[in-house]
Amino acid sequence: MTTLDRRKLAGLVLVLLLACALPFFIANYRVFQMTLVLAYAIALLGLNMLTGYNGQISLGHGAFYAIGAYTAAILMDKAGLPYWATIPLAGAACFVAGFLFGLPALRLEGLYLALATFALGIAMPQILKHKSIEGWTGGVQGITILKPDAPPWTGLSQDRWLYFFTLAWMVFLFVLGWNLLRGRIGRAMVAIRDQPIAAQAMGVNTAMVKSLTFGVSALYTGIAGALGAIAVQFVAPDSFNLFLSITLLTGVVIGGLASISGAIFGALFIQFVPNVADQISKAAPWAIYGIVLIAFMYAMPTGVAGFLRLARARLVRRPSGPIPR
Amino acid sequence: MSKDPSRISRRSAIGAGVALAVGGNAFAQAAKYGPGASATEIKLGQTMPYSGPASAYGTIGKLHQAYFKMLNENGGVNGRKINLISLDDGYSPPKAVEMVRRLVEQDEVLALFQTLGTPSNSAIHKYVNAKKVPHLLLATGATKWGDPKNFPWTMGFNPSYAAEGAIYGRYLIKTKPNAKVAILYQNDDYGKDLLKGVEETLSGPHAKMIVKKASYEVSDPTVDSQILTLQGSGADTFINITTPKFAAQAVRKAWDSGWKPLHIVNNVGASVGSVLVPAGLEKSVGLLTMQYYKDPNDPQWKDDPSMLEWRGFMGRYYRDGDPKDASNLYAYITAQLMVQILKQCGNDLTRENVMRQAANLKNIKLPLLLPGMTINTSPTDYFPIEQGQLAKFTGTLWQGFGELISTDAR
Repeated sequence: MTTLDRRKLAGLVLVLLLACALPFFIANYRVFQMTLVLAYAIALLGLNMLTGYNGQISLGHGAFYAIGAYTAAILMDKAGLPYWATIPLAGAACFVAGFLFGLPALRLEGLYLALATFALGIAMPQILKHKSIEGWTGGVQGITILKPDAPPWTGLSQDRWLYFFTLAWMVFLFVLGWNLLRGRIGRAMVAIRDQPIAAQAMGVNTAMVKSLTFGVSALYTGIAGALGAIAVQFVAPDSFNLFLSITLLTGVVIGGLASISGAIFGALFIQFVPNVADQISKAAPWAIYGIVLIAFMYAMPTGVAGFLRLARARLVRRPSGPIPR
Repeated sequence: MSKDPSRISRRSAIGAGVALAVGGNAFAQAAKYGPGASATEIKLGQTMPYSGPASAYGTIGKLHQAYFKMLNENGGVNGRKINLISLDDGYSPPKAVEMVRRLVEQDEVLALFQTLGTPSNSAIHKYVNAKKVPHLLLATGATKWGDPKNFPWTMGFNPSYAAEGAIYGRYLIKTKPNAKVAILYQNDDYGKDLLKGVEETLSGPHAKMIVKKASYEVSDPTVDSQILTLQGSGADTFINITTPKFAAQAVRKAWDSGWKPLHIVNNVGASVGSVLVPAGLEKSVGLLTMQYYKDPNDPQWKDDPSMLEWRGFMGRYYRDGDPKDASNLYAYITAQLMVQILKQCGNDLTRENVMRQAANLKNIKLPLLLPGMTINTSPTDYFPIEQGQLAKFTGTLWQGFGELISTDAR
């Protein structure tokens, strides 16, 4: 997907219109769920840049989600900043954190990197509880955030307003991500994933691109964390345990590696499938979740996005080039 | 409205008949219904950690379901069936917020019952109070749930951890004023809350009694090194603020290392089945704790009528449940108390009245609580359980001693 043809553009506009109309047809509680889906989609796109496009596996992105969430919460709670001003700052904080973590991680490949990030994911809840920063983080008690009101001219409920606020960020970040990934940097990222030595021979600054990818990926995830925290109105160390990191990676794989639209499908999956699993069995909700996961991977080995791409290619019956991974 | 009086009378006659049939002894014309209540059903909601790190506590929600099934088969509460919608939150606060919003906004439950865990309840605390939904008998002992002035819609169940800590402190001041106290605590809200109760009591002239403190994380494999540090401080008294797995390790290590202090283990970690048996019963002799309900593994209650009733229930309605797990007994008590509140509501099933009745429990005796205990609440007192008894482990059972003591935190 390097350019947008007219039909695709029309399709995207239609989806966007539907997304704008959706909150007016569903209850506030559903709107809240959809807001979380949007936030997760941003986080998944961030992780997908790193894992799908650049081939670096991270099992610790929940940590960046947490840093974003806490940055927003602390800025609102302690510094009295308005909620909208905390989002870019949360992104910036995570960019720095991600870039710095990416530097030492350069030496680690594949599974070793996965383990290093795994450690970050495990450590994060305990770091958040640490005494030295308890004054800001609220320790184990966490921080309660006030829910922002919609500007009076919109006449929207708080939930609907937050939905649109999050949607705007998502669209902005997706366009940005699309721009980044189809251009020179995106090609360099993919080249490093597929043939690191060849990429270096071609003059790609491997170390820089990898670290930057880590930073940008963390930035996306951090912004998602901030948006999610404002929607939930609460942050606590227990919100960001290891399972969040694993859930994010699951979402990326289910949605489709190296696919932008896959982030949305993945977000829908991680938001709603656990609820369905709980409905089916109280005794072993995770077993049900696991079965659904296996079924998905069996039926759609390239993720939902990859499956749709294949289905479309077959339906249109137009000879298409090699399917991008 | 209608010109045909005979029709009206016929219709109202049918209505009265239905009301009699449904309401039983209650007269339906006086009934008032809030969200989630009707002439046939009362809808309650809860979130439980059926998955995730605290899934062992999921049994509480399952027992509730079984209890209400039994209750409904026997006619329900004042002729109304109880429908408990119990959802998984995986012990994750954001998920708890989502699920509670579903319960309140979509399912429109009358009240929330026994939502479990301090983090999850913290996350929904403001929301339920803004929505004015009764948030009752929370399955957590944090002290902040008894704050009727600021959070009039939230009421906990467990005696507060801080109060339990204060009891141990007062006991030591009274019986062992020269004790050198070492404390081990879990580094989270629960551990710190209990620790605070101990420290606030052992303050001022008694502050010197505490000679050493050590903490551990839930994710730690053992607490052996902490025990050795505490032992090295020269303490002769050990307050053990830990959850079952760590309590067992601490009891065993404090014995094996030759320390053998006066050992107080908190109620959370005092189960015979899940703590003392794995630690070794002979190593547990002389332990002290505070209790407020009967231990299902304690032989002294073996033929207690309330215990027989509970075992009968477990056998008939909840066969998957472990009859050694004290959580199942705890859940039974809380379900009984919830039913008591609903009974008191009579036919006024509005959220306001549910809260009014929850804050109006007078001398309620539940047979699985320790003998002599009563439950009392008032609009200014949101702590239902405010009594406990110190008990000493004899090698086979917890032997209560002394009188019931008040755990009143204020």
